[in-house]
Amino acid sequence: MAKELYEGNQAMAEAAIRAGLEAYFGYPITPQTEILEHLSKRMPELGRTFVQAESEVAAINMVYGAACTGARVMSTSSSPGVSLMMEGISYIAGTEVPVVLVNVMRGGPGLGNIAPSQADYNQAVHGGGHGDYYPIVLAPASVQEAIDLMVLSFDLAEKYRSICMLIADGSIGQMMEPVEMPEMRPVVRKNWDWAVNGAIGRERRTLSSIYINPPEQEIANLRMFNRWQQIQKNEVRYKEYYLDNADFVIVGFGTAGRVALSAVRAARQQGIKVGLLRPVSVSPFPFEVIDQLASRVSAFLVVEMNTGQMLTDVQLAVKGRVPVEFYGRLGGIVPFPNEIFDEIQRMAKSKPSLAVDPRAAWYKRMTSK
Amino acid sequence: MVTLAKPENLVYQRPDSFTDVSTHYCPGCTHGVAHRLIAEVLDEMGIAEKTIGVAPVGCSVFAYNYFDIDFVEAAHGRAPAMATGIKRVLPDRVVFTYQGDGDLASIGMAEIIHAAGRGENITVVFINNAIYGMTGGQMAPTTLPGQKTTSSPNGRDVEMQGYPLKMCEMIATLDGAGYVVRRSLHDPKNIRQAKKAIRTAFETQVRGLGFSMVELLSTCPTNWGITPLESLKWLEEHMLPVFPLGDYKISSTVAEIKA
Repeated sequence: MAKELYEGNQAMAEAAIRAGLEAYFGYPITPQTEILEHLSKRMPELGRTFVQAESEVAAINMVYGAACTGARVMSTSSSPGVSLMMEGISYIAGTEVPVVLVNVMRGGPGLGNIAPSQADYNQAVHGGGHGDYYPIVLAPASVQEAIDLMVLSFDLAEKYRSICMLIADGSIGQMMEPVEMPEMRPVVRKNWDWAVNGAIGRERRTLSSIYINPPEQEIANLRMFNRWQQIQKNEVRYKEYYLDNADFVIVGFGTAGRVALSAVRAARQQGIKVGLLRPVSVSPFPFEVIDQLASRVSAFLVVEMNTGQMLTDVQLAVKGRVPVEFYGRLGGIVPFPNEIFDEIQRMAKSKPSLAVDPRAAWYKRMTSK
Repeated sequence: MVTLAKPENLVYQRPDSFTDVSTHYCPGCTHGVAHRLIAEVLDEMGIAEKTIGVAPVGCSVFAYNYFDIDFVEAAHGRAPAMATGIKRVLPDRVVFTYQGDGDLASIGMAEIIHAAGRGENITVVFINNAIYGMTGGQMAPTTLPGQKTTSSPNGRDVEMQGYPLKMCEMIATLDGAGYVVRRSLHDPKNIRQAKKAIRTAFETQVRGLGFSMVELLSTCPTNWGITPLESLKWLEEHMLPVFPLGDYKISSTVAEIKA
């Protein structure tokens, strides 16, 4: 297909349609409202379901209901709205029904602002809702990647009866880039053996997240955990750049990873042997590749648009073998490539130390400028 | 000595839409009556196979154990949103929620009002017993002025805790609502009228005539702290004046079904 110019939000919306999205439920919130607007026009003209809910709480519960029928469903929101969805997300996880979500992250906490941020990493990856569950979380760094991951999300959600959440940020959502859209796939509602759709000619089914008898809850939690282990084994995705002969490695996801690539390229032109690892699946996290890198590189630099949330996961993989440094911008500010380039130069010149707390050192550098 | 068995004349049996289990409800609780009325209506209309129930959080959280039909279990108060999601992708199915007063009139106020406002083609059976049952008898949004509960031990003080919410009266103002009525389960006559209303509510949905809700005034002997018999009397004497029975909204198209 020919390349077309698409805004990130509209591109994700259209990609979901092409992937066979059957029902969408959402609520307006900046910077993702164009997804809702695009679908409000396209879904009815295709004879599919679109409902603007009264709140994100209602939207996620509409998604929950539609998902129980086996339909391909999605909701999208931005940080404060995703917080409101957390109750429903936990119920969906506990009921083991496939749901696709998008969080176009903005500055926070609280009402924050509407500028690009990665501050919801922990909420998406390490919990958010209550209880023992692990969602799949994917982080695009371009509009094209957002499209490709959107399509993949539906397949992953259904394969593992899991939540699959895309965490983009305001810049991915609002930026226009030339992209290639996938072919239109027909809407196919699969005949799942768990779907609640009326007990016509079969035994009744119930879908619920309640197991009042603790041993049954434990069995359900073990089943979910086993599925998570399969996801960890099969679905780790990342992009690597200049890693072959890298002395040290930058780790960054989404927009931060993309900006870091510009800095890495500039550093390479200066002869600095730095590489980049960009996790595409932040859950499951690419622990193994970082573990392997830690045995042959001298240090890591984690770059994020938060105070070091993924940093903790990188440290877990590195296991203290080499220094892990940190650079972050906060509150809706995207780092410039030259800021990361300066960090690369600093690390190339002065040998990083294992004894330094990366967050404390970064904070000191940030505030003493 | 041998006696010949006399031919039996079956006058009462479990509805086909019920499963063969005993319920967890307390003695004298009217949930069992409400469940049975729904099951009888599903049987009589022949729609059990294509009906999907949405259970609430509260005493009737286990409703799905008692109906022999497809069921989902919603988060507290969210049943109308969940039912919306189901009904929108399966418009030829019959979808109903079963909700108590804490679920529907407190934590789920936004969901019920907006489902009615959108005219969602779903049926809501609303059990109003003026108290939180499952958590052990706390004040509900429908608790009567002066009524003692474990969280209003001196009786509901309207100066501090406000007034009971009247859901039928509120929802009847919405254009999307097709059929909104209040009935009671305190005696056989009223139970028969309640069943008729449930039938009309499901007929409203089957015909695509908009949102339908039947509020059923109910008892909670355990948390009211009186006997089942006293509870029926208490409902009649104290709840009926605050929550008058009646038809709060019957749209012109729904009125035609009844005729």
